[in-house]
Amino acid sequence: MDISLQQVGYLYAKDSPFEKRALQNVTAAIPSGSYTSIIGHTGSGKSTLLLHLNGLLKPSEGVVKIGDTMITSQTKGKQLKDIRHRVGIVFQFPEHQLFEETVEKDIMFGPLNFGVPKEIARDRAHELVKLLGLPEDVLQKSPFELSGGQMRRVAIAGVLAFKPSILVLDEPTAGLDPRGRKEIMELFHRLHETENLTTILVTHSMEDAARYSDRILVMHEGTSVMEGPPEEIFEQEEQLHSYRLGIPRSVHFQRKVENMIGQRFGRIALTEEMLAQELSVAIERKGERPC
Amino acid sequence: MLEKMIIGRYIPGNSIVHRMDPRSKLLFVFLFIIAVFLANNVASYAVLLGFTVFVIALARIRPYFLVNGLKPVIFLIAFTLLLHLFFTREGAILFEWKFIKIYEEGLRMGIFISIRFLVLVLITTILTLTTSPISITDGLETLLNPFKKLKLPVHELALMMSISLRFIPTLMDETDKILKAQLARGSDLSTGSIKERVQAVIPLLVPLFVSAFKRAEDLAVAMEVRGYRGGEGRTRFRQLSWQTRDTGVLIAFVILVAVLAWVRK
Repeated sequence: MDISLQQVGYLYAKDSPFEKRALQNVTAAIPSGSYTSIIGHTGSGKSTLLLHLNGLLKPSEGVVKIGDTMITSQTKGKQLKDIRHRVGIVFQFPEHQLFEETVEKDIMFGPLNFGVPKEIARDRAHELVKLLGLPEDVLQKSPFELSGGQMRRVAIAGVLAFKPSILVLDEPTAGLDPRGRKEIMELFHRLHETENLTTILVTHSMEDAARYSDRILVMHEGTSVMEGPPEEIFEQEEQLHSYRLGIPRSVHFQRKVENMIGQRFGRIALTEEMLAQELSVAIERKGERPC
Repeated sequence: MLEKMIIGRYIPGNSIVHRMDPRSKLLFVFLFIIAVFLANNVASYAVLLGFTVFVIALARIRPYFLVNGLKPVIFLIAFTLLLHLFFTREGAILFEWKFIKIYEEGLRMGIFISIRFLVLVLITTILTLTTSPISITDGLETLLNPFKKLKLPVHELALMMSISLRFIPTLMDETDKILKAQLARGSDLSTGSIKERVQAVIPLLVPLFVSAFKRAEDLAVAMEVRGYRGGEGRTRFRQLSWQTRDTGVLIAFVILVAVLAWVRK
């Protein structure tokens, strides 16, 4: 399902003395099946934008189009339930949403709300626990007995359980240890490919944005300012800098080496693996040319 | 509705009433509540009402704002007035229509009680409108200090009060976040039968309680590692200072009582 944002604006506490503008003239297109990262400095409107993607907030101005459903300031609540079924959001620190007596029941909460039969919901809970690398006996435990990392996985399972076709991730790995981070990011990447999802990742990590996504949307002071594939976005270091954003560590290293040897690499090294390849090419080239 | 309610809200400002010491304001409100019962005739109620209007003017609160914010209370006052009108049966009959009889005494009492109620609500509202919750707590702690001799845990009470006030906005934010997360999982609070709606609150309350307890625990640890050991020998960052205007408040009160005593029956 394609998502398109047309001149979206949003005001908090509209028409009151506390009115505050959070979004202004955001225009972007997120094609079906893409993996889009939204990056931006703190307070750039990323989180507000994300709430528009399943109708938790309705735009004060402009139109949000998800598939063929239009959401404007006039849209009624009833139409939104269907949108919420199709768009799953994994919020920051999703473990705060756990509440049921057992992990199994908590994972089934979403699917049951969206009218999935009980048996199917239970099967999904069992599948997901396995998929997320949790031990099977966790299902009958209380979610509050688990470790922080396990709670996070259960909460993620609770969103995946209703099989959204668009998955929105708001810093899903914040506060996890490096290994847990990598596992979860790899899992989302795998799901993106196998389930044919449209994935939207809100992140502060330029490395994650460069490694996983095929499109990047840059937000600055409530407006969308850049949009394109990571190869193009991370070429424009100066401009990113003006939005108080950096470039991935591997690109940073690449630029340093390029300055040292006075020669440009063939392509931008978005990941450490690509950097290693480019470096070995550069070294070989240097070897051929005796100095 | 809730946004417009002003009972218990604080609105920052710089009027003379805002700048007064919380102790003098608290003391005054406490004494005023007692003094209100001195009034027993038209003149004394007029004095009370006049004095309250004077305080509102001093605090530079827009009357429109007060009236708007106190709408629910005004409804209550109107209700007491009606009760008195219909159920007091003394004095001459003023009005008679079928079985409804309105007596002179009923009208008089109704109006007096309503004014008493109105004046009390206005004065206490002005207190909270012009004094930040933190200074109210500070003032209360100092005023209650003598009761420490009676083993009243004054410091602890004041601490509890300021911690609860401090965490109201935090818990509101938290509720909002959890609500959004559950809505995103298809939870529905606005449709269905009453039973369904009550059940839909559970996914909201459980995480809220869990996080509130966790916060309380974290706060206790954070206070302990910074050496908190109760009120014993604790000094203050915000020093309360008694000014001439605060003595003035008490003098104003004495004058008010004297006038009341003079004009009452």
